[in-house]
Amino acid sequence: MPVPPKEKFDVPRIEEVFSIPAIRVNAMAHSKPFVAKPEHQEALGFPGKLVDGWQDAALDKMEELLGKYRSIRVFLDSCVKCGACTDKCHYYLGTADPKNMPVARQDLMRSVYRRYFTVAGKYFPKLVGAVDLTEDVIEDWYRYYHQCSECRRCSVYCPYGIDTAEITMAGREILSSIGIGQKYANEIIGKVHKIGNNLGLPEPALLDTLGGLEEEVEEDTGASVKFPLDKRGAEVLLVTPSADFFAEPHVDGLIGYAKVFHQAGVSWTLSSYASEAANFGIFIGSYENMRRVAERVREAAIELGVKRIVVGECGHAWRVAYSFWNTLIGPFDFLDPSHPVPQHICEFTHELLNRGALRVNPDKNDDKVVTFHDSCNVSRGSRMGSVPGGQFSIPRNIIKAACNHFVDMAPDTTHEHTFCCGGGGGLLTDDLVELRVKGALPRVQALKQVIDDYGVTHMAAICAICKSQFSKVLPFYDMGMDMVVSVHQLLGDALELDGAE
Amino acid sequence: MILSAVFSILFYLAFAVFSVGLVKRLLLYWRTPAPLVIPTTPAPLTNIGVAGRLFREVVFFESLFKGSKWTWLFGWLFHFGLLLVLLRHLRYFTEPVWGWVVALQWVGIYAGMVMLVGLIGLLVRRFLVDRLRYISSPSDHLMLLLLIALAGSGLLMKYVWHTDVMALKTFSLGLITFNWAPLPNDPLLLVHLLLVIILLIIFPFSKLLHAPGVFFSPTRNMADNPREHRHVSAWAHAPTTADEKS
Repeated sequence: MPVPPKEKFDVPRIEEVFSIPAIRVNAMAHSKPFVAKPEHQEALGFPGKLVDGWQDAALDKMEELLGKYRSIRVFLDSCVKCGACTDKCHYYLGTADPKNMPVARQDLMRSVYRRYFTVAGKYFPKLVGAVDLTEDVIEDWYRYYHQCSECRRCSVYCPYGIDTAEITMAGREILSSIGIGQKYANEIIGKVHKIGNNLGLPEPALLDTLGGLEEEVEEDTGASVKFPLDKRGAEVLLVTPSADFFAEPHVDGLIGYAKVFHQAGVSWTLSSYASEAANFGIFIGSYENMRRVAERVREAAIELGVKRIVVGECGHAWRVAYSFWNTLIGPFDFLDPSHPVPQHICEFTHELLNRGALRVNPDKNDDKVVTFHDSCNVSRGSRMGSVPGGQFSIPRNIIKAACNHFVDMAPDTTHEHTFCCGGGGGLLTDDLVELRVKGALPRVQALKQVIDDYGVTHMAAICAICKSQFSKVLPFYDMGMDMVVSVHQLLGDALELDGAE
Repeated sequence: MILSAVFSILFYLAFAVFSVGLVKRLLLYWRTPAPLVIPTTPAPLTNIGVAGRLFREVVFFESLFKGSKWTWLFGWLFHFGLLLVLLRHLRYFTEPVWGWVVALQWVGIYAGMVMLVGLIGLLVRRFLVDRLRYISSPSDHLMLLLLIALAGSGLLMKYVWHTDVMALKTFSLGLITFNWAPLPNDPLLLVHLLLVIILLIIFPFSKLLHAPGVFFSPTRNMADNPREHRHVSAWAHAPTTADEKS
């Protein structure tokens, strides 16, 4: 039995029947992440500390964003407070803090918007719930815009499609722009700008790690599976989250991709310059930082002369790549137009499976009963394949090809209804561990059900953040951290390799 | 006579505020770029598919149905009751009255009751559910009360304190054709009309903007085709070699 780490908060109990908690005002008012240091801020083009005249600066920034994003203006105007979203956020369900209800989270900004940018709020603030932008309000913004993982679950149920993620991103962008960014996200973005990946791994370290993986796979299987770095003229540039290079269970996913490339006989390479698929620019709502991070991929692809770009298992990275890359760093007229740009590693593998190009023996995974956690950004912010919903069927088809025993969790917790792991959106940091544990509750609840009913032993995921988050929080619920696996680990383990002994 | 003049002026004023305010708002939405492709997926791949999604959203409240069955039920009853009631009221603005409007008259009455049931359901929910109580402002309650008073006064005129509907029609047609006519001065009618005037005036400045807003919502009105079509807007796109040349 894993021993849960000692923390100063009560881990929620998993109930037999899931119920919506009654509100507990300020239940999470103490939760806020570390503030970015001046050097983290300045590397991203933000002021190092709270600026003089921050109120005006914040309102100016808000006005700028209202002019740049139709989403923000329409979303702030349209909400009728119908309440359909109030019981949809995993952070509300896990903490019962009413400010974690999506509409209340939006209202933190909407009330300020109304006060300064609408007729009703200027003249009748009390009537429409408009408030002045005070220090207390900004503190609430900092707290509660860092209790949203931008997972978009609320947007599924809103009759106007209001997406709280857009509001959270705007809130964080305003906060960063007046000098109070979040340390975790901003420090990481700085590392990508400087070194090329979230972990700050320079090229020699990367080369060393990849060499180690080649030896490891050869020892395990006898096959000489390569992990090429900066190989000019390769067909495929693989861009994957840097956690795949050595975090567990991520690295087993990377081994899986390499085995797939090996079996398919497709030449591929990683890039030391663009050694990161993750793009935390989306989390902090900064178009410019998101573009700068993505730009490295474009430059690396041109430099290496590849024909295709394939993206590894990472949720928000896939949203940025699939939905935004063409805008941010397109057009991709330098790549082979006969493949989608970019392509998800699951799309790549699925195509090979469909063609019969991979020999898979699912009996090798017979020790496992597997379920699948749909990652929020993949589910509600992107697609795979050529039909809507391919993002649900393609990874499941890969798992089913690799495993004989697969079961889905409850339908209101999967597909477009999936719950965030609790650590997405730039919240995967130890200073938010209470939030992360509580936010995982709805997913853990659904997982517990399939463990009890079907004897599920493993939960597969296609997101680096989900994998790290579950590894950390499952022990709090008396579940093993090794339950979490990469989809490509399952496939890699079941693959019959050429040259294997 | 003075009363009729005051109401006539108020109606013109309300209509002006409503239409100018609404057009200005719609232009603002229209002109504000949607820089990134952000439909809530799974989403339609084509614009025709998007039209279908918006149709289902507006006619069936598809997303709300997924979100909350009670709110969906009361909300749908209210809105479609309101639609039929509005169509029924066309008889005050057309001469001769169109055939289908005549045919709708009896339905419209029941629709008024259904609308009232929906509104009361929504109001009760706002008080009963702790989460809704928390997010409600005075304006949220007042909006429902205004609509309840509007529907209630209309039904009371039908069943209890009648008004001279022929004189009312002469008045309303007069407003349109600029042949001003006197308004019957029944208190209930005046209340009913005053509520209409208030509703028209607050429309462009309130959450009633949800009606046009849904059509401009990027999570609902964008097609899921970012790989096939490069989405660019006034400010958001990378400076590429192609742009530098042009």
